[in-house]
Amino acid sequence: MRTIQFREAIAEAMSEEMRKDERIYLMGEEVAEYNGAYKASKGMLDEFGEKRVIDTPIAELGFAGVAVGSTMTGCRPIVEYMTFNFCLVGIDQIINNAAKIRQMSGGQFPCPIVFRGPTASAGQLAATHSQAFENWFANTPGLKVIVPSNPYDAKGLLKAAIRDDDPVIFMESEQMYGDKGEVPEEEYVLPIGVAEIKREGKDVTIVSFGKIIKEAYKAADELTEEGISCEIIDLRTVRPLDQKTILDSVKKTNRLVILEEAWPFGNISTEITYQVQSQAFDYLDAPVEKINTADTPAPYSPTLLAEWLPNKDDVIKAVKKVLYK
Amino acid sequence: MKKITKQTYLKWYEDMLLWRKFEDKLAAVYIQQKVRGFLHLYNGQEAVLAGALHAMELGKDRMITAYRNHVQPIGMGVDPRRVMAELYGKATGTSHGLGGSMHIFSKEKRFHGGHGIVGGQIPLGAGMAFGDKYNNSDAVTLCYFGDGAARQGSLHESFNLAMLWNLPVVFICENNGYAMGTSVARTANHEDIWKLGLGYEMPSEPCDGMDPVAVAKAMDKAISRARKGGGPTFLEMKTYRYRGHSMSDAQKYRTKDEVEEYKKIDPITQVLDVIKSKKYATQKQIDEIDARVKALVKECEQFAEDSPFPEKELMYDAVYEQKDYPFIPHKL
Ligand SMILES: Cc1ncc(C[n+]2csc(CCOP(=O)(O)OP(=O)(O)O)c2C)c(N)n1
Ligand SMILES: [Mg+2]
Repeated sequence: MRTIQFREAIAEAMSEEMRKDERIYLMGEEVAEYNGAYKASKGMLDEFGEKRVIDTPIAELGFAGVAVGSTMTGCRPIVEYMTFNFCLVGIDQIINNAAKIRQMSGGQFPCPIVFRGPTASAGQLAATHSQAFENWFANTPGLKVIVPSNPYDAKGLLKAAIRDDDPVIFMESEQMYGDKGEVPEEEYVLPIGVAEIKREGKDVTIVSFGKIIKEAYKAADELTEEGISCEIIDLRTVRPLDQKTILDSVKKTNRLVILEEAWPFGNISTEITYQVQSQAFDYLDAPVEKINTADTPAPYSPTLLAEWLPNKDDVIKAVKKVLYK
Repeated sequence: MKKITKQTYLKWYEDMLLWRKFEDKLAAVYIQQKVRGFLHLYNGQEAVLAGALHAMELGKDRMITAYRNHVQPIGMGVDPRRVMAELYGKATGTSHGLGGSMHIFSKEKRFHGGHGIVGGQIPLGAGMAFGDKYNNSDAVTLCYFGDGAARQGSLHESFNLAMLWNLPVVFICENNGYAMGTSVARTANHEDIWKLGLGYEMPSEPCDGMDPVAVAKAMDKAISRARKGGGPTFLEMKTYRYRGHSMSDAQKYRTKDEVEEYKKIDPITQVLDVIKSKKYATQKQIDEIDARVKALVKECEQFAEDSPFPEKELMYDAVYEQKDYPFIPHKL
């Protein structure tokens, strides 16, 4: 199969859908002439023209609101944030408008919109540029939240997000855009809300999503050498959460470690922990372990940042802890 | 206004040269990966700072700006070695390595950052002015932002509040032509950013931001107005950045010729030309300044290199004033 970069998978998903549906447009900072701050919309201005691939001024509140507003007249926008840190400037438009218009209008105004861009840390960018808001969005009824971890999933899920009639938050990573992976030439769409077991195993379940899942793979490789077999679940979508895949796995392995790059208080891991203890309490042979970032804003200094971020060693320790090793 | 004298020119030359060389050094050590993250350099825009410093009352007046913020604190008296150390993420840095390139702060010198969210500092600048007025101080706040930031809603809300409450603040847009790869012309249906103040009836005007004399005059007028209770001013400084937006910018949105055109009116060259034509300094004296600057930049690098990384505890200690805040435990 051919191999493409994550950024190419994103551009392909958007372009394929835009070819089929005139109502879709892409809007954001540097998406057109610059081909995307991270080149995730490369070639799209050339193909679709400036009516449909639209550079905006730095005005996150304004253009998010314009995009949401346009859904009420039949448009299906894709809004790119240079990173999700910057959506905070206009998060009101996502939480108070996109997520609620359908419900408040009694179903008259569905809001088919995708907000996409990078999430979480990407090196030494310090406190305001290293945040993961998956749980903020996942906490909001009305939104769906997708966080893929490889080019194949990214393409199939972004196509699903664009076709979806509800608002979708689609979160990528600066540190994944260059990642390569197999993506077929043929068209495919992946279902929203379905996790995938990336590696089968029997001793412990590791649940993760997004770029940080790579630390779980590395940990699992090392643990295999010690004879410990890890099952790795990639959530891919965090809202709605695919509880069944998680529960089935935990019922098999009886042990759960959750790896999520986010602050530890009230995050996705917390919700999963609750669900598992309430629905599979009798299957658990050890308390659930969750691995997150430190409970602080991201520090700039390289040594502190390394301490702040979760890594493969943390996963190994957590796995051994739930195995009482 | 304080007179612009021979001493002023010599100070401008030495200051601006230091800022330029300091930034060049950062670019060099960035390539060696000693400094990481984003790195936004000030090269080309030095006159906007030099002119303002001449008009400010240092020790009293305040300044706040965006992430292109390494040299402003140096101009306000912060030890450049500590700024360099911050970029290295070292314990001796201005924020002990927590802030990095985009977040230089000095409470002592009244430099209030260093802000990475475009437009986020504009209301803060108005707020500092609000606080000084509230506290019956006659300090003035200089609030800087870029041409790109001028399109954020925060500008409009801040302008309105500053006028409504007659705050002692000077808003300064450093129009360097581009917001990343987006030219000013592509962000609005007009190019005269200074006119944005007019809707709020704020005194507003454009200024040649490549000429420290023009900047000093405009800033002096604005600062005096604010200090005397006359309220805010909005100045659009027409300037230019020579380097890319940050270190990863192929700069396909502009031509090399355009950059060269601006280098012809380079602020450092302009000042040096005056020094030479008015014989404010001999070539030997100029060489001495150059050597001093070179030595200081070298010293900054050495200091940063030699400094230790911060202790792990700092990550927690810096978050809350409360000393025993119960953080969620991290790492097994
Ligand atoms: C709210 C927000 N949106 C986007 C960004 C990404 N970004 C960083 S700098 C920048 C361009 C700003 O240009 P300008 O205001 O002209 O300042 P300059 O870089 O030219 O000094 C952008 C889009 C950001 N940091 N914050
Ligand atoms: Mg600019």
